Amino acid sequence: MLTHRNRRKWLTIILFLLPSSIGLLVFSVIPIFYSLVISFTDWNGLNPWNLAAGTPDFLGFGNFKEILAGEEFWRVLKNTMYYIVLYIPLILVASVLAAVLLNNTYKAIGLYRVVFFIPVLTSWVAAALIWKWLLSDDYGPINAILGFVGIDGPAWLQDRTWAMPGIVFASIWKDMGFFALIMLGGLQGINPTYYEAANIDGANFWSRFTRITLPLLSPMLFFVLVICIINSFQLFPQVMIMTQDAGPYGSTQVMVERIYKYAFKYYKMGYASSFSWILFVIIFAFTIVQMKLQRKWVHYDS
Amino acid sequence: MSKTRLLKALSFILAVALIASLAACSGSKSNNGNGSASPSQASPSGSSSAPASKDEIVTVKFGNFSGSGDTAKYLDQMKAEFEQANPNIKIEIETIAYGDYFTQMQTRVAAGQAPDAYELNYENFVSYAKKGVLLDLNPLFDATQFDKSSLNAQALNAFSSDGVQYGMPGSFSNVLLIYNKELFEKANAELPTKDWTWKEFDDAAAKIRALDKNTFGVFQPIQFHEFYKLVQQNNGSLLNADKTAFTVNTPENVETLQRLVDRVRTTNVMPTQAQLSGVGDWDLFKAGRLGMIVTGVWAFSDFMQNITFEWDVAVEPGNKQKATHFFSNGLVINKDSKVANAAFEWIKFLSSSKEAAKIRVDAGWELPAVTYPDVLEAYLSMTPPANRQAVFDSLDYLVTPPVIEQFGEMSDILGIHLTAASEGAKSAQQALDDAQKELTEKIKL
Repeated sequence: MLTHRNRRKWLTIILFLLPSSIGLLVFSVIPIFYSLVISFTDWNGLNPWNLAAGTPDFLGFGNFKEILAGEEFWRVLKNTMYYIVLYIPLILVASVLAAVLLNNTYKAIGLYRVVFFIPVLTSWVAAALIWKWLLSDDYGPINAILGFVGIDGPAWLQDRTWAMPGIVFASIWKDMGFFALIMLGGLQGINPTYYEAANIDGANFWSRFTRITLPLLSPMLFFVLVICIINSFQLFPQVMIMTQDAGPYGSTQVMVERIYKYAFKYYKMGYASSFSWILFVIIFAFTIVQMKLQRKWVHYDS
Repeated sequence: MSKTRLLKALSFILAVALIASLAACSGSKSNNGNGSASPSQASPSGSSSAPASKDEIVTVKFGNFSGSGDTAKYLDQMKAEFEQANPNIKIEIETIAYGDYFTQMQTRVAAGQAPDAYELNYENFVSYAKKGVLLDLNPLFDATQFDKSSLNAQALNAFSSDGVQYGMPGSFSNVLLIYNKELFEKANAELPTKDWTWKEFDDAAAKIRALDKNTFGVFQPIQFHEFYKLVQQNNGSLLNADKTAFTVNTPENVETLQRLVDRVRTTNVMPTQAQLSGVGDWDLFKAGRLGMIVTGVWAFSDFMQNITFEWDVAVEPGNKQKATHFFSNGLVINKDSKVANAAFEWIKFLSSSKEAAKIRVDAGWELPAVTYPDVLEAYLSMTPPANRQAVFDSLDYLVTPPVIEQFGEMSDILGIHLTAASEGAKSAQQALDDAQKELTEKIKL
């Protein structure tokens, strides 16, 4: 039995939660389950639903079978994997390195931290246009610098092999500041007495870094890894802007790009919904595996 | 124990966040659509029920993207003229920027809240028509005894399929050969004429390319619309006569693609993507580094303002026969509109009236698809280009793209295989064989 006081308390709680939870329900939860329903249909995203007249038609797992049996899905998955294999190691190294550099007490350290964080706040549209110019074959500074050391740089975004690495560089530049900030938080949370003890034992910089810093930073590394893999599977704006939809010969076609095109350009909303649920399952599986593996390398207590 | 529970909760949150962010794309769009639509939706509900008496004022909602920015005032002029001539019809113009237009329109059509009349570009027009959300205009043509000869026959025909007229051509822009006269003189090449074929075309391109390392002979994009037309210049076709099967990899088509690839990779009269390296094709022409460019009349206003050298235009050269193409935005009526008759009067006015055509021509806002000689005379009197007549001469050879439900998907698939050949990843034969296979698998005809 709820007492009068208790009931009032609950009423207050619900009233306070209502504004945000209605938004969540209407714009997230309902669309999520609606998209699951759509994924079993051949809805084109244009005709209003009229189940009596067979609009749309229910296909069961038809869309899913078609996607997995087709060559396109595996090709775009491969393109996504190419991105991940390049992006993940680079972003981890770059953000740890930036965090170590920023975890100091130089003059104007605050200014440096801001400089690293500015790309994070830049919109992808602006960033992508700048990177298009940086990576330009004849006029781009990157190839000019490579030219000084005698390397004839590729046509980056116009080249089948190099388009994806070009996108990786832009993404690293843009994301590094954010992840460095998380790493910096981790570094500052490490108890300095560990380093004092190591100094007394005569440990050099490298062994202090590998034996103390990295293990104690592992929860942050784990978090960043999980987020980065999820973001990588959802790669989209860079590809659309930097390589005009899909790059030379479809070499930067990735999953979200396909989902967008199927839903809003090819008018196959059912197919696109199935595609996004497959993407969800992949990301979910990756995340579960990482959760299981973390026991082997993540140290939570410091 | 509590840690694993926490992690489980975390993974669930991640999962939800993922889906939410995917859904956010469509979610936010529909949100926008409703947001901008709501102010205009409140008013017409009263008047949209069928007019009881002749005197009742009817409101027609008109959605469009081409009247945004500089051109908005010309659309307003057309609206003013129309309302003066039709005092019992009020037009409510709703302009949405091109980038958002089609996602918003899709959401509104699906929600049964489409405007009474609206504008569609050709790719989307085809999908909408084939999905049965547009009104057949033929009964309205008959009822009002509409004079079809006031419109360019090919342009009107492009918006019909299987005897159903799904829309009317709004603006209209055809494609022709634009050339830099000074480069021709420097290279001692003969100027393009009406009778040019591929051979003269490519010879002139080679002469201009020989001038210096940074000057190119020609730019003609290697993509669906160009290719669809070019194969017909060579007596080929991408589809069989009754449009039931693809015929992409026939010898005529392979020969056509081979020529395009050779222009880029062998003779290099056309720049590669790497040589362009982000510079637009128009910019290359405006910089005086390009002898010829195949592009549309919508380039005129830019070229008239920004080019200092002498330039002119000609009908695009053909090979075994001539073929030219055009782009047109269609004006359509929502199938469920309650004011279809009034909406028809409005799009008929926009598409085929002399008044609207005059406003268009005076503004230089693309071309009207009309055939009134005096309106066209005004257009012809402007220079450059001196040979403006070529714009109309080209109309004699127009080919129209096929009305196929999966038009956007088809042009993307073919586009990717065409680039594969132009990048040298595949031979022309191989690229078209692959395209034929993929199109046959994926596109329902």
